[in-house]
Amino acid sequence: MNNVIETNQLTKRFGSFTAVNSISFSVGRGEIFGFLGANGAGKTTAMRMLCGLSVPTSGTARVAGFNVYNEQEKIKKSIGYMSQKFSLYADLRVWENIRLFGGIYGIHGKRLTEKTDELLDILDLRGERNTMVASLPLGWKQKLAFSVAIIHEPAIVFLDEPTGGVDPATRRQFWELIYQASARGITAFVTTHYMDEAEYCNRVSVMVDGKIEALDAPLALRQKYGAANMNEVFHGLARKAQRSDE
Amino acid sequence: MVICRNINKTYGEVVALRDINLHVRKGELFGLIGPDGAGKTSLFRILVTLILPDSGQARVNGLDVTTSLKEIRRSVGYMPGRFSLYQDLSVEENLKFFATVFNTSVEANYELIRDIYVQIEPFRKRRAGKLSGGMKQKLALCCALIHSPEILFLDEPTTGVDPVSRVEFWDMLDRLRQRGITIMVSTPYMDEASRCNRIALMRDGRALSVDTPENIRASFSRPLYALRSAGMYALLNDLRGYEGAHSCYAFGDAHHLTLGSEADGAEAELRSWLDRKGYADAQLSRIEPCIEDCFMELARQ
Amino acid sequence: MRQLQSFIIKEFYHILRDSRTLMILLIMPIVQIMLFGYAITTDIKSTPTAVLDHSFNTETARMIEQLQASEYFELYGEVRSIDDVHLLFRQGKIRMAVIVSPTQEVQLLADATNPNEATSLVQYATAIINSSGMQPLAGVNVQLLYNPQLKGAYNFVPGIMGLLLILICAMMTSVGIVREKETGTMEVLLVSPMNPFYIVLAKATPYLLISLVNIATILLLSRYLLGVPMMGSVALVVGLALLYALVALCLGLLISTMVATQQAAMLISGIVLMLPVIMLSGMIFPIENMPWLLRVIAHIVPAKWFITAVKDVMIKGLTAAEIWHELSILTAMVLGLAAFSVKRFKIRL
Repeated sequence: MNNVIETNQLTKRFGSFTAVNSISFSVGRGEIFGFLGANGAGKTTAMRMLCGLSVPTSGTARVAGFNVYNEQEKIKKSIGYMSQKFSLYADLRVWENIRLFGGIYGIHGKRLTEKTDELLDILDLRGERNTMVASLPLGWKQKLAFSVAIIHEPAIVFLDEPTGGVDPATRRQFWELIYQASARGITAFVTTHYMDEAEYCNRVSVMVDGKIEALDAPLALRQKYGAANMNEVFHGLARKAQRSDE
Repeated sequence: MVICRNINKTYGEVVALRDINLHVRKGELFGLIGPDGAGKTSLFRILVTLILPDSGQARVNGLDVTTSLKEIRRSVGYMPGRFSLYQDLSVEENLKFFATVFNTSVEANYELIRDIYVQIEPFRKRRAGKLSGGMKQKLALCCALIHSPEILFLDEPTTGVDPVSRVEFWDMLDRLRQRGITIMVSTPYMDEASRCNRIALMRDGRALSVDTPENIRASFSRPLYALRSAGMYALLNDLRGYEGAHSCYAFGDAHHLTLGSEADGAEAELRSWLDRKGYADAQLSRIEPCIEDCFMELARQ
Repeated sequence: MRQLQSFIIKEFYHILRDSRTLMILLIMPIVQIMLFGYAITTDIKSTPTAVLDHSFNTETARMIEQLQASEYFELYGEVRSIDDVHLLFRQGKIRMAVIVSPTQEVQLLADATNPNEATSLVQYATAIINSSGMQPLAGVNVQLLYNPQLKGAYNFVPGIMGLLLILICAMMTSVGIVREKETGTMEVLLVSPMNPFYIVLAKATPYLLISLVNIATILLLSRYLLGVPMMGSVALVVGLALLYALVALCLGLLISTMVATQQAAMLISGIVLMLPVIMLSGMIFPIENMPWLLRVIAHIVPAKWFITAVKDVMIKGLTAAEIWHELSILTAMVLGLAAFSVKRFKIRL
């Protein structure tokens, strides 16, 4: 099995409103997949279905080999999730957060201790072991949140605008963590509003009005649309949007 | 319109602002550019009289922010970071409410908000909580404009909003500036700096630089190159080990490399190093810095 | 003035659009009255009672008949000796015994494991025996004033008013103000020319109105459903309730100046305000029986003064002049709290 995500005509309707309209795509193992779209294009709904949080109206999708209709619990065990809004408990210490999320994903005892040390080493956070997460700078928090999201070596990690508001240098360090995870075979499924970050992805899809309007490697997309960068590609596509809002 | 002199603010042990000095001229679109935690919100709150600075002086419209609380509050428009709307009131009700709060009516200043309001008018009966990010942002802007303020303070109006809506929003600000409204706006998106007349680059409570975007870019002193190659990630790691490199960052489809010296042979040396390392296909071109390059360079110092 | 008006309208929108909370606010008094009136009654009914009659004449027979007829007592049957009485007590088969000596002296025995109940039982029995035409009990001449049937409703109706007004006025006002802080709208309001006093006034108005509706509901239900008399002036009771509601509003305002989140506001008004109303106002536990420290604390609980005054007016029929003591204490509380919280209400963040 080389594709960790496979969808076929995946659709979600809310009443008469089609939030996600028959999307078909696949994402390979270890791939960094950019999932772009304007607000209201249907990104969040699509991502919820893939994470097993929302049952599709029609179509099929397999995530990490599991069916999104009836194997949600298995999906949840094989994915990691991190969003800009919520990721760590601010009123717990760094190691307490690691222990908590490690425990949630079934890592205990000696292995958890090893994992914790390893993780703090990689992030250079050894000295901050007992610091409250609330008092860490945002960039560190996000890096820690990412490492915690993949503490159980999931097949896929879903990243929902992980770098919003993070300072430019830290933003780049964050992407290096994504590269390292991808080299280990973890697939990264990323949404972002920074168009330069779209360039870091192996492939990028752009959703417009619930459909996938374009899907290819950034270079191929730039060539196809005669654009100088992904920003122009995105604007060209997103301007076509008919529905102004969800 | 706005003058800050040696503004300092701390919350307990956290230093929010350190010796901020800047001024905003009448009719200017001034940007505070910096990541979260840079102190942008604290500075705004001081200027709209919501908090007091620990030390230093600030004047808005010639009025001292510590003493002329009422006068300042009457003449400024303020849009806080989170779109401060009543989620359970409709678009129309929100607008009407804020109009009366400011002792005016929607009709009296409709001219000013018309361009923006027509875009959300089809949804005027919808509750604000049911609007998307882009629409909330427009409604919040209308509410901040409804009393025709002389100066507008917008705290991160484009955060979390998609790139297309962001461009539209900056177009709106442009039109407002043309009408003579002074605007002070903050954003974490470096690429939005070019939309401002002048900017302050902020990080960790400090203003790294205050100038026009052009001057800030022109003051970038090191030679800057964009590099592209097949194995981008490997190239980045290798470039970090290159002796002549001052800094190297991934920048979308290219890496931006600054060299330690401006010497004539530096570029040729880099080329031959790339060849030796097996990047014969590498494209190397000298480029002008963007604001993000400048920010990272200033942050290193 | 237009500012204030539109602010109040806005507050009504908030309340009306949160229909679930509104329903709770309006239905709560009805539920509470029903609960206290029927389910959790503290009244005594059908207490198993033994009679040991050594006189055995017409007078004692009439007395036993009347005990039997009252809803409070249920005669257990005949007992022959004092030993039987003690045995029945130990077995828990009776909770009260009436013993008449050959000289027609009456002795009352009550199971005092529940002292409140025992006291009531003795009082009921005494009242019945005295009215049965027998010689008054030796040494005891108890007369029960104002509440001759010792109805619990007389006690808890003012208590429920005290509880609900705190809940609605203090909790809802503090939560309402803190919500504006949480969503960030307070920032915008502060940076407007609006007088901060208006914000508070507008927040309070709708809840004051809802309180009025609740007061009316409680008074009507208690008068016509539970049959609690209204000896004094209705206007005075409503006036008292409004005064007390103002105290609650000021407390709510004070809380809102101290906390940053809605949960904190709710917890503080729930625990710090409601518990004393339940425990220390005399609504359930008599203040006279409390240790001196709690008695002192009870004196600063506004509900204590309110409940005392309402009882005086409703049941004793006292006039405003006769409850001036409670009125002035409540007024002083309003003024003090209002001044303090307005001073604390920050015009900055």
